[in-house]
Amino acid sequence: MIDWGAIFSNAAVELISPTTAAYALAALGLAVHFGYTGLLNFGQAGFMALGAYGYAISILSFGFPVWAAVVVGIAASVIFALILGIPTLRLRADYLAIVTIAAAEIVRLLFTTNTFQPLTGSANGLSGYKGGFAALNPIPEGSYGFGPFQYNAYDWWLRLVAWTIVVLACLFTWQIMRSPWGRVIKGIREDEDAVRALGKNVYFYKMQSLVLGGVYGTIAGMIFVLPRAVVPSNYQTSLTFFIYAILLLGGAATILGPVIGSMIFWVLLSFFSGFIARAVEAGWLPFMSSIQAGQLRFILVGVAIMLIVIFRPQGIFGNKKELAFVK
Amino acid sequence: MSSDTAPSNKPVKTTDLHIGAAEPGCKKRDPILVADGVTRTFGGLKAVDVEHVEIPRGAITALIGPNGAGKTTLFNLLTGFDKPDSGSWTFEGRSLSGMPAFQVARMGQVRTFQLTKALGLLTVMDNMLLGAKGQTGENLFRAVLPFLWRKEESANEARAIDILTRFKLDTKKDDYAASLSGGQRKLLEMARALMSEPTLVMLDEPMAGVNPALTQSLLDHILNLKTQGMTVLFVEHDMHMVRHIADWVIVMAEGRIVAEGDPHEVMRNPAVIDAYLGQHHDEDLGADPTAEAENVVAIKELLE
Repeated sequence: MIDWGAIFSNAAVELISPTTAAYALAALGLAVHFGYTGLLNFGQAGFMALGAYGYAISILSFGFPVWAAVVVGIAASVIFALILGIPTLRLRADYLAIVTIAAAEIVRLLFTTNTFQPLTGSANGLSGYKGGFAALNPIPEGSYGFGPFQYNAYDWWLRLVAWTIVVLACLFTWQIMRSPWGRVIKGIREDEDAVRALGKNVYFYKMQSLVLGGVYGTIAGMIFVLPRAVVPSNYQTSLTFFIYAILLLGGAATILGPVIGSMIFWVLLSFFSGFIARAVEAGWLPFMSSIQAGQLRFILVGVAIMLIVIFRPQGIFGNKKELAFVK
Repeated sequence: MSSDTAPSNKPVKTTDLHIGAAEPGCKKRDPILVADGVTRTFGGLKAVDVEHVEIPRGAITALIGPNGAGKTTLFNLLTGFDKPDSGSWTFEGRSLSGMPAFQVARMGQVRTFQLTKALGLLTVMDNMLLGAKGQTGENLFRAVLPFLWRKEESANEARAIDILTRFKLDTKKDDYAASLSGGQRKLLEMARALMSEPTLVMLDEPMAGVNPALTQSLLDHILNLKTQGMTVLFVEHDMHMVRHIADWVIVMAEGRIVAEGDPHEVMRNPAVIDAYLGQHHDEDLGADPTAEAENVVAIKELLE
């Protein structure tokens, strides 16, 4: 019979996992880009890759301390945002989409190529960079927790740091979006020529937004690799699409949307994969092999997202009133 | 209904604006905007070819001309929304050539658009606040510290309420701009432009698509701008309106300025009649009996 307890506890674990936090933060970055500024950034995976590699390479190849490795990752993403933004932000929105999707792929392929093997580890990626972060852990050794949330000191430290960053980023974003700065940003989303005619340097604001959301993505990339290894194939375009799915699920121009969206996404994904795998084992789905079952969860997630976009396009936290005026 | 749209008060015309004969490119006593040799081509079409033009300060100037005369293109060039092939222009004695649109606006030359650009998913109040210039909180780092900009923000809000009350939009301040009617959006766009305390207001077809009931109130608002010491330059097709409120009229046709003068004189100018009749035999040149008579004669001649 199916072990429902295991399925549910595995799903519940995803609620506070560092991966969920990483996706939430990356989605918050996209909310700044797409939801608030109207920038179609399809290269969030590239920003995450820069964070992951920037952090890992700084520590492994150059022996940097943790804070310096974080600074290197952020600096890399700021430069990346400038390179993307300078030629494209003057153009129409869809050009940015094309350029970012291509640039993110270029970043991933550069990290995959054998030429930089000593630095990037090529297709095998990198590991063994967690020592510095673990050494900062103030929690004494041991296992803590309750129910399904039972972790050792490192895992709790990682969750604590990851979610603290997410909360701080949410508060920061909430504050700037209700300020005059956020008003200009939202104005640009609605009609940038009108904002320009009111004396605002639209190009400069779009650049600030691109850099800010990109930095969120980069920090998310660092959180993402702390519970696992850096593997280049993680940074394919599908990563960006999953983050868009989370954003649309929660609500594009919201603060809590990306966070709750990420929790729902990962809990559902874990639930589907646990359920299908066990259903196949139990012989409920005789037409399916266990390998096919592994793929089915993404199909189900895709269907779920389609249903949300069709029946609740503003997302879970989006303002229903906005929907009355679809352009 | 017609009594509502009749002028409530006879507008006070500003006269004696020019030096010498009222001909294309004539000198003004006190020009606020001076343009020289401005050209813009789209492919083989010369959309704008203006040798010299001066816009008088403290007056309402209308820029008229048939469709495709280059009025909006000239507007775009003067406000930095488009780049000319050649030419230079100054605003209050400072050169504006090659200056990006946002800097032009900061200097006090604010425009509206032919297709209204209300920021739909922002509230009416946010639309207004966006118009205020030099806000401390528009800097990303200072935006995080509300105590730096809260006072300025409430001052701006008070000013916005004041302007919105004048435009009878104050009850709508918390609604999305997208929920306003077309005419109300025009009003909002004009009100928003006023938030930046401009010296020159450039209105691109302020009456396009506006319900006749709102026309009079819009006209009064434009006249009020002059009373408050602002200069107005507007593009318009409606000759009745031009005759009613404009102090000076500049007529464009095929990219050139073909006539200038006060509204009553200019409509009798043969070049203007040619410009309109050349393309629009049925164009209404306004209810001026003399002009109308000439109009009829000209049409008869053409028909024969």
